[in-house]
Amino acid sequence: MKLAADIKKRRQDKPVLLMTHLVLGYPSLAVNREVIRQMAENGVDCIELQIPFSEPMADGPVILKANQKALAAGLRVADCFAFAAGVIAEFPRVNFLFMTYYNIVFRYGEKDFIRRAAEIGIRGFIIPDLPPEEGETYLQLSQQSGLAPIMFFTPTSSDERMRQVAGRGSGFVYCVARRGVTGQHTVMDADLENYLSRCRRATDLPLALGFGIGCRQDVVMLEGRVDMAVIGTATIRLVDDRGPEAVGPFIAGLLGS
Amino acid sequence: MKKGYFGQWGGAFIPEVLYETFARLNHAYEEARADASFWQEYTRLMANYSCRPTPLTYAENLSEHFGGARIYIKREDLNHTGAHKLNNVMGQGLLVRRMGKKRVIAETGAGQHGVATATMAARFGLACTIYMGEEDIARQRPNVFWMEKLGATVVPVTDGSRTLKDAINAAFRDWVASMDETHYVLGTVCGPHPFPEMVAWFQSIIGKEANRQIREQHGRLPARVYACVGGGSNAMGVFQGFLDEPGVELIGVEAGGKGLDTGEHASRMVGDLASPGVAQGYKTMFLQDRDGQMLHTHSIAAGLDYVGVSPILADLGEKGRVRFEAATDREVIRALELTMRTEGIIPALESAHAFVQAFKEAPDLAVDEAIIINMSGRGDKDIFTIAHAFDDSSWKAFIIGLAAEYQSSNR
Ligand SMILES: Cc1ncc(COP(=O)(O)O)c(C=O)c1O
Repeated sequence: MKLAADIKKRRQDKPVLLMTHLVLGYPSLAVNREVIRQMAENGVDCIELQIPFSEPMADGPVILKANQKALAAGLRVADCFAFAAGVIAEFPRVNFLFMTYYNIVFRYGEKDFIRRAAEIGIRGFIIPDLPPEEGETYLQLSQQSGLAPIMFFTPTSSDERMRQVAGRGSGFVYCVARRGVTGQHTVMDADLENYLSRCRRATDLPLALGFGIGCRQDVVMLEGRVDMAVIGTATIRLVDDRGPEAVGPFIAGLLGS
Repeated sequence: MKKGYFGQWGGAFIPEVLYETFARLNHAYEEARADASFWQEYTRLMANYSCRPTPLTYAENLSEHFGGARIYIKREDLNHTGAHKLNNVMGQGLLVRRMGKKRVIAETGAGQHGVATATMAARFGLACTIYMGEEDIARQRPNVFWMEKLGATVVPVTDGSRTLKDAINAAFRDWVASMDETHYVLGTVCGPHPFPEMVAWFQSIIGKEANRQIREQHGRLPARVYACVGGGSNAMGVFQGFLDEPGVELIGVEAGGKGLDTGEHASRMVGDLASPGVAQGYKTMFLQDRDGQMLHTHSIAAGLDYVGVSPILADLGEKGRVRFEAATDREVIRALELTMRTEGIIPALESAHAFVQAFKEAPDLAVDEAIIINMSGRGDKDIFTIAHAFDDSSWKAFIIGLAAEYQSSNR
């Protein structure tokens, strides 16, 4: 089933889905695997596997540091593919996406990167520094391979721009909650409310909302407003502070289960 | 060709949140470019505020020393704040006024672009934040002092290699949050469109002047023009005066650091360490590994210590219009010493790279030929680095004495 259809189907049983994120190789692939297990067992629907890049321009300090540490420990792109293949086979109920910066794809070779990702069962890509104008080949190859190139809506996007980018993507649209980089908290106010209804009007694709969501209240506040809540920096902080065992209870708490 | 591309290089690889900001910036830039009065306002400002046109100095002693071509030096060191950087900054400052923004941010390597931006912000009444790598702060301390005195906030960047590229990332991280009120004054001919083209436009004032000056002084065009290449803004500035003259050879000099074979350098267009990539919003030749992770770079000159190079220069290099060479740290110090002693001129460590290559080639040219060296800035800012390289004992004694004085007064 295509990613968008899968998300819509899951939504019939849940008020809001959950997508989590982790930086591959931080603190280690072994810890990544344990974190993913805890996420999967507690009902996470999608997981973003971030392939580290030395210049993660759109990320805040926590994810930036994780990228740097993973690379300093010697992680290669080939390791990320091998690891991803393993967890995709092990946790078939989860949709895995690659999140990375365009240079990683470009250096690997767009065609090879997308083909290899399709082979191991990756469902889509999130590439924050590749606007549709620069991503013609990537968009075409992804769609051909049945992978979802995820597009972004942001509070600065005009209605016209939203319709334009949504038309180029599939899977879901990643709605950035506010200006700025990853890792800062967001509150629901009239502006966000208004922005989300603009997002809703711009596309039939499911909507995911990210940036700074970290507790049950945040998730509840999204029910009925978007299809999927994105948990980014919060789990990285949690694993830093309390280890991978804390992730399962945290996810369960977010879902109120 | 696609907008913002130079051959296969360039583009605008920007996060979606900046889409509207870039749309507005492109609009303001294109409007200014189409408006002849904008360029007039710009050159008037530069004449009145910044000593333009800067002289083209005939270096009689150096010419005699090498016994070949007549050596002319384009004196961007005499531009206000001591480098070519102010050309770009004042131009963008005028655009900021047009766009009605109230705050500027910038990255800086050598600190020259930071000082220039802080100066422009003071003059135009704008708030100003400068991002600077921790390693560069350590080696360019005088410029940090001046930026702060000019009213700017200097934010040390402790991520990655703690140099220019990391300062650029930090500035972008600020901008994705602050773009409503803030303009990012990118300091060189790199980054996403329209920056390479726009910065090259403001810097073209160097080449326009130099073309006129060399004809006046030498009676005809030069055989060769030399410029150091960090991001490439001073090089593009002077080269644009001669791009349409096929008889003028253009030479860009990169940082050879400890030698191309050591891997400790910042040469993108010479050597075999660089490869095509996309980072910091644009596509060019980057110093990176096979996976696309940026490599550590090294240069004695903070302003050349950068992983990427202008997409415009990558294209001109690929087409063979610009020849690239590299100068090592050691050659740079020797060229600097000679220039100071024979001409009484102190080039910045960055600029001294161009001098190195010109000195290598001048003896082989005929005495009736001329060459131009673009002296992108003055060396005063480098006093700590240069004194260290010369292992100057009286300077060391001075620093030790001063430190002792501060220590005792702190107690
Ligand atoms: C004096 C001087 N020259 C050259 C450069 C290198 O920059 P670009 O290649 O953009 O001229 C710098 C950068 O800081 C500089 O300060």
